[in-house]
Amino acid sequence: MIEASLKQLSEALAAKRISSVELTQLYLDRIARFNPALNAFVTVDPEKSLKMARAADARIAAASGAKPAGPLTGIPIAQKDIFCAEGWRTTCGSRMLANFISPYDATVIRKMEAEAGLVSLGKTNMDEFAMGSSNETSFFGPVRNPWDQQRVPGGSSGGSAAAVASRMAPAATGTDTGGSIRQPAALCNLTGLKPTYGVVSRYGMIAFASSLDQGGPMARSAEDCALLLNSMAGFDERDSTSLDRPLEDYARDLEKPLTGLRIGLPKEFFGEGCDAEVMATVQAAIDEYRKLGATTVEVSLPNSHLSVPAYYVIAPAEASSNLSRFDGVRYGYRAPDYGNLDDMYMKSRAQGFGAEVKRRILIGTYVLSHGYYDAYYLQAQRIRRLIANDFVEAFKSCDVILGPTSPSTAFKLGEKAADPVQMYLSDIYTIAVNLAGLPGMSLPCGFAGGLPVGLQLIGNYFAEAQLLNVAHRYQQVSDWHLRRPSELV
Amino acid sequence: MSLTLEQVQRIAHLARIEISESEAVTTQGHLNGIFELIEQMQAVDTRGVEPMAHAQDVSQRLRDDVVSETDRRAAYQAVAPEIEAGLYLVPRVIE
Repeated sequence: MIEASLKQLSEALAAKRISSVELTQLYLDRIARFNPALNAFVTVDPEKSLKMARAADARIAAASGAKPAGPLTGIPIAQKDIFCAEGWRTTCGSRMLANFISPYDATVIRKMEAEAGLVSLGKTNMDEFAMGSSNETSFFGPVRNPWDQQRVPGGSSGGSAAAVASRMAPAATGTDTGGSIRQPAALCNLTGLKPTYGVVSRYGMIAFASSLDQGGPMARSAEDCALLLNSMAGFDERDSTSLDRPLEDYARDLEKPLTGLRIGLPKEFFGEGCDAEVMATVQAAIDEYRKLGATTVEVSLPNSHLSVPAYYVIAPAEASSNLSRFDGVRYGYRAPDYGNLDDMYMKSRAQGFGAEVKRRILIGTYVLSHGYYDAYYLQAQRIRRLIANDFVEAFKSCDVILGPTSPSTAFKLGEKAADPVQMYLSDIYTIAVNLAGLPGMSLPCGFAGGLPVGLQLIGNYFAEAQLLNVAHRYQQVSDWHLRRPSELV
Repeated sequence: MSLTLEQVQRIAHLARIEISESEAVTTQGHLNGIFELIEQMQAVDTRGVEPMAHAQDVSQRLRDDVVSETDRRAAYQAVAPEIEAGLYLVPRVIE
């Protein structure tokens, strides 16, 4: 049962071959068994989960031909701990929110639970305030990669990735500001999708860099991701940058043949800087796409080397503003001892935030400060425009863009923790997509040195259904995405 | 460009984050490494390029000025560090 697709689970639930309570219990048992070693979940509450499962079973029992239950009703899911969920501790991986019980639901949570009928298995570990690429910045300790427990699962959605890779959950949510869905998906052999900016509501999703943050699904296949995105996407008046567009069925094009598809290969993604075995694995996937009827064309993203520098101005600038709300007054951590009000702010923030979060707040404060704004912040925004224009140009000669997701496979715990710049460069292929606001995904395409390799697909604005189609067709002729860590049976 | 120790301490103060002398030294090293990376931007001629603040060129939506939320003060104050009589308590600001 733990290897069944979401569609198969849906059919089994609808036919009452299994109940949501049974299915939820099955995963709760696996969490109890494997989570102590992997640390993928920071909060589980079996009673709450089982209550939701009973409600889902009641919905299924009450469904009829004229009024069917939604296709995801009763399916368990792991929620990244960046999404506020009413009555659940919502920590964002930080000491600052270690005791924060959310008084409200994020729109994503409301849509997935109240509307779609999904059952929450708990909240997953993550880099503190989503700032990290290895899950080592979490206040709750690092997550271990189920493929090799001495290695990182990637980040910031590392808990979600490890949960699904170890089959402690059939699927999970993630968020992606500079690669935080795609990179952990790559490092843990999952399929993950970051939608076009504005497609999934940010209401109740704790803000890191508001012009870049976007929620999305992490699962084992493109088909699963399509079903999940159907439950997550949609206009939300509570998110001022939510896009008011007609609802889509993201699974509608899954089976379309790829004949005539033009795949753009950016020469900047196929040069130096990528591990040779990772590159060979990606090349093999390209050959497979040619067999599926696609053609390839070289494209160029000449400013892509500037995406990491521009990102590390823009994201910290937005973060320094967003995180100013954590002042120890209305919610969150307050230092036990302090003098005046200013001292209370300074001590609460010094003790409540971890080292990486503080670093980014300081960078952001500096680049926004008087005298430096033009040289850093405005220059970064101009470069952001150049990067976005590169994609506009590239999509004139291709339908989707393909390359590696990450320049290496999962690295060892502690390997990059002491050097922020080395850590930042692990997102070298993913960040440009966020700056441009485009949809991107990662899917398994093989192994290098026994560790999973992710293939990145980048689409034009609102091309989620097409990306899922391109990924799904590959998954029809490959079985990389079905492989799982042998130790965790 | 290289940040001095005093600049690091000044930024930390602006961000309202208490920082010890030894933390400031470590932070100075990290920040200067990061700014070395960021400095690559300065070589690019961006004259005439419109700054891009946002992924979608959309303007802010307006809504009617009507009450749309219910009163949930008690629920929101339940997560506050210190409250009294519906007010958030902080150290005395005005003597």
